Amino acid sequence: MPVYSEKVMEHFMNPRNVGEIENPDGVGEVGNPICGDMMTFYIKVKDNRLEDVKFKTFGCGAAIAVSSMVSEMAKGKTLEEAMKITPRSVADELEGLPKQKFHCSNLGAQALNKAIQDYLSRKKRGGGKE
Amino acid sequence: MRKVYIDNAATTPLLAEVREAMTPYLGDVFGNPSSLHDWGNTAREAVEASRAQVAQLIGASADEIIFTGSGTESNNFAIKGLGLVQQAKGKHVVVSAIEHFSVLHSARTLEKWGFELSLVPVDKNGVVDPEDVRRSLRKDTVLVSIMHANGEVGTIEPIKEIGKVTKERGIVFHTDAVATAGTIPVDVQELGVDALSLAGNQFYGPQGVGALWLRKGVRIVPLLDGGVQEGGRRAGTENVPAIVGLGKAAELAKANMTARMEHLTRLRDRLLTELPAKIDHVVVTGHRQNRLPGNASFCVEFIEGESMLMLLDSQGVAVTSGSACTSRALKASHVLIAMGIPHELAQGSLLFSFGIHNTPEDIDYALEVLPPIVDRLRQMSPLYAKFIKASKGGS
Repeated sequence: MPVYSEKVMEHFMNPRNVGEIENPDGVGEVGNPICGDMMTFYIKVKDNRLEDVKFKTFGCGAAIAVSSMVSEMAKGKTLEEAMKITPRSVADELEGLPKQKFHCSNLGAQALNKAIQDYLSRKKRGGGKE
Repeated sequence: MRKVYIDNAATTPLLAEVREAMTPYLGDVFGNPSSLHDWGNTAREAVEASRAQVAQLIGASADEIIFTGSGTESNNFAIKGLGLVQQAKGKHVVVSAIEHFSVLHSARTLEKWGFELSLVPVDKNGVVDPEDVRRSLRKDTVLVSIMHANGEVGTIEPIKEIGKVTKERGIVFHTDAVATAGTIPVDVQELGVDALSLAGNQFYGPQGVGALWLRKGVRIVPLLDGGVQEGGRRAGTENVPAIVGLGKAAELAKANMTARMEHLTRLRDRLLTELPAKIDHVVVTGHRQNRLPGNASFCVEFIEGESMLMLLDSQGVAVTSGSACTSRALKASHVLIAMGIPHELAQGSLLFSFGIHNTPEDIDYALEVLPPIVDRLRQMSPLYAKFIKASKGGS
């Protein structure tokens, strides 16, 4: 097992924002259980800001820590700011990820991004909330 | 915090008696067994005594034992050495799909060197069918290697029956007995094999030492060239303390085998019954009866193995998993996949391998801490959420 940073362990042991949002404004799902990791992000948007972010994750310690960190980084940010979260910035905030686990962190930012895209396309369609 | 080690398939703890036997050879008795003086003679005698002990463990004669640096080395030596030495005769080798990587990857190396490789499948319990071995044989098959038991799922293979098939055809037959030698009875004559690998750290001996048994008259190409140690088949100054430890561990394993097996079987059967009774959606992997006495392997649905391992570790419980995340290659266990277990289920693999030091209280503790861990990870799992929705919404 790879040796994780203290920050990764802390987020893994006490993940923030686990769960689902009822009637979310956007949902983003990435990964598949074959490669080992799967993440679903739920967002609530108010005045162009991420009022709430929650996630569910199937995966290793890194995947869970990454999800937790992404949710923490994204909460309260404007959509534009949140979309600037990258796998690299997540890994940096986590004080590094083992090399072979870096792909996990790609998923976190990607899942959040997908949730925001989902929100934007819902808004475009004029539905807002479904 | 209570500390419980249930990962004996990875390595067993060193027995105090074994450590004591080794101690002089880490101190005053330091001679090189090849030296022709008193220091050398003393070391050589120790190595030869150990050779006899290891031979007795597996019903072999001492001059058929070659000491190596690990089970992995023994397997590399067998596959490459027995393949290469016969290449004028044929270049086809047969191994099972669930072999340890030290066999599988050695066979792949032979492929790079111009050999052809056939992988024999296993059934859902991880059992090799001797008839499948027979069907895979060709005119140019020179080597068959099937493991005696799989340490990951515990399944014991029908080596005797496979040996009959290879014997009929006069094909060299190797078995990786790393998971069995020193744990269950292993007799090379009864098994009908020509070569057999074993390792010290699987039966309370030291790490970094193994042996390859090679039937008299079977030829092999050495992996290591150099001096004439081990009859010229494995050059390099012997690891005397480790070899002495391996011998002592072999002696103790033979003397205490029945009692050890009974102890391990009791622990194993209890966990195999009680864990699935305590946690929903848990599958036992491997053969239920023909199984290593200390092996209790499972797949826990909807969650991933590494996160289970880490949370168990935080509670002092050491186990292992065959999930993709726990492997450096990020691939789910080839053993579970070969058994037809779907990838997402294989991700939830959890292996408890008991040792002689484990107690019923260890199981009590594991059964106390595991259910909340599984529950916690399932609450986090999108797969579990989907399953719950589907079962509520569906029929």
